[in-house]
Amino acid sequence: MSINIEQIRSDFPILKETVHGKPLVYLDNAATTHKPQVVIDAVSEVYEKYNSNIHRGVHHLSNVCTQAHEDARGKVQQFLNAKHSHEVVFTRGTTEAINLVAHSFGETFLNQGDEVLVTQLEHHSNIVPWQLLEKRKGIVLKYIPINESGELILDNVDELINAKTKLVSLAHISNALGTINPIKEIISKAHTLGIPVMVDGAQAVQHVEVDVQALDCDFYVFSGHKLYGPTGIGALYGKEEWLNKMEPYQGGGEMIKTVSFEGTSYNELPFKFEAGTPDFSGSVGLGAAIDYVNAIGLDNIAQYEQELLDYATERLSTIPNIRFFGTAKQKASVISFLVGDIHPFDLGTMLDKMGIAVRTGHHCAQPLMQFFNIPGTIRASFAIYNTKDEVDKLVDGISRVAQLFG
Amino acid sequence: MTINEVQEEIVEEFASFDEWMDKYAYLIEIGNDLEGFKDEWRLEQNLIEGCQSKVWVYAELVDGKINYSADSDAIITKGIIALLIRVLSGRTPDEILNTELSFVEKVGLKDHLSPTRSNGLLSMMKQMRLYAVAFKAKQG
Repeated sequence: MSINIEQIRSDFPILKETVHGKPLVYLDNAATTHKPQVVIDAVSEVYEKYNSNIHRGVHHLSNVCTQAHEDARGKVQQFLNAKHSHEVVFTRGTTEAINLVAHSFGETFLNQGDEVLVTQLEHHSNIVPWQLLEKRKGIVLKYIPINESGELILDNVDELINAKTKLVSLAHISNALGTINPIKEIISKAHTLGIPVMVDGAQAVQHVEVDVQALDCDFYVFSGHKLYGPTGIGALYGKEEWLNKMEPYQGGGEMIKTVSFEGTSYNELPFKFEAGTPDFSGSVGLGAAIDYVNAIGLDNIAQYEQELLDYATERLSTIPNIRFFGTAKQKASVISFLVGDIHPFDLGTMLDKMGIAVRTGHHCAQPLMQFFNIPGTIRASFAIYNTKDEVDKLVDGISRVAQLFG
Repeated sequence: MTINEVQEEIVEEFASFDEWMDKYAYLIEIGNDLEGFKDEWRLEQNLIEGCQSKVWVYAELVDGKINYSADSDAIITKGIIALLIRVLSGRTPDEILNTELSFVEKVGLKDHLSPTRSNGLLSMMKQMRLYAVAFKAKQG
């Protein structure tokens, strides 16, 4: 099946909008993607037809709503090919999922001097939760370094993954550079020492197929809003054996079995980790987004985005004095660059005036920017609805700005 | 000229630009021309760290008037800084505190000073005002 791009574009109402009087060229998809009408409709339908608090009610609407929420969990399970649906915990997004693991795994398994291993290209979301644990429990945070191309240097990984290491946590795909990390290799290395691995899939699930059983990762986390789904919903996949052993994250309704002032027993998985009324409109929207992506097919998406990436890389290369950051052999559809000594903020501001949305700055990956010794980059990131014509507009826009800066 | 007359002057200058591109070309030009920020002022305490661009601001009271100096790593930000300095520098604390910066909105740059822009300009304007408050208090 090939992709009918016009059909896909017509699925996304926001793409008809204009910005500063120009047609919107949205190339900030690594920050968040737009939503197809089917996702918007699915969320609306919850509120219009069956809104009710879930899991507790005996009445009809509550049952319908509970069913829809749990069906969505099943969709996430299949999407990641998890063994059980109770291995899928809904969270507010990737950040909350990582914090959940840092807190609950940390509370249960991490002690003074234990090491957590991340990489040099992580988003702050996969750095700061561990630094909090450094303060709270005296753990030690280490990282796998990268080379100039933005690829992990695995030469000394056997020293970094050692008897002190208690958890490895790394991005599947770098948000700032697009590098696809060799997670399978790292997972099997860690597993030879019995060390669990968490994969931050925030930038991956919308681009490549993920099979958590084939990867054999212990935790996999992602956000709905980067996968054409609603904002405020995401998921944590965790192997049953780990989730069962881990302390709860937050306390409240939903996560308990019985409560008395003498003591409380916790609910079974996944509810143990879902305190409070769940975001059931978000989960239903996420389910609709997964259906949407599945209907197009991740293989088709990956192939089309690779074409866009290749085209954009080739076209952008024609701009004098452009410098690319992240030239890994395995890359997702993210391009980070600088042009001459034009500040990313200046270029981004001017492109915005032309209706072109890119991201500028450090991309919440300051250690990575420190590695390249730059304040930030301009990042263009592509999704399924982008076109080569939009790439041309980006290139023309940059050329206009570059001329102005002479 | 009073502060408000300078503001009006800037508004008139901007009215001559037909296209947004001309407006930004002008900001880039005056941003490039903005000088006078001494290296000795480039200190942590004078730095306003926006998410997108960095802004340094420093002020001295000379003969009852405030001399502002500022700098940024982004040129558009620097261009807007140049306008703010043109309006506010060399004025007494009272003049500064009694003036509303109306030109920013009138020349269509309000976006840049919104809290969501995170380019450090809004904090810089607050800092400029704080200097005026502090110098006024010092004067008694």
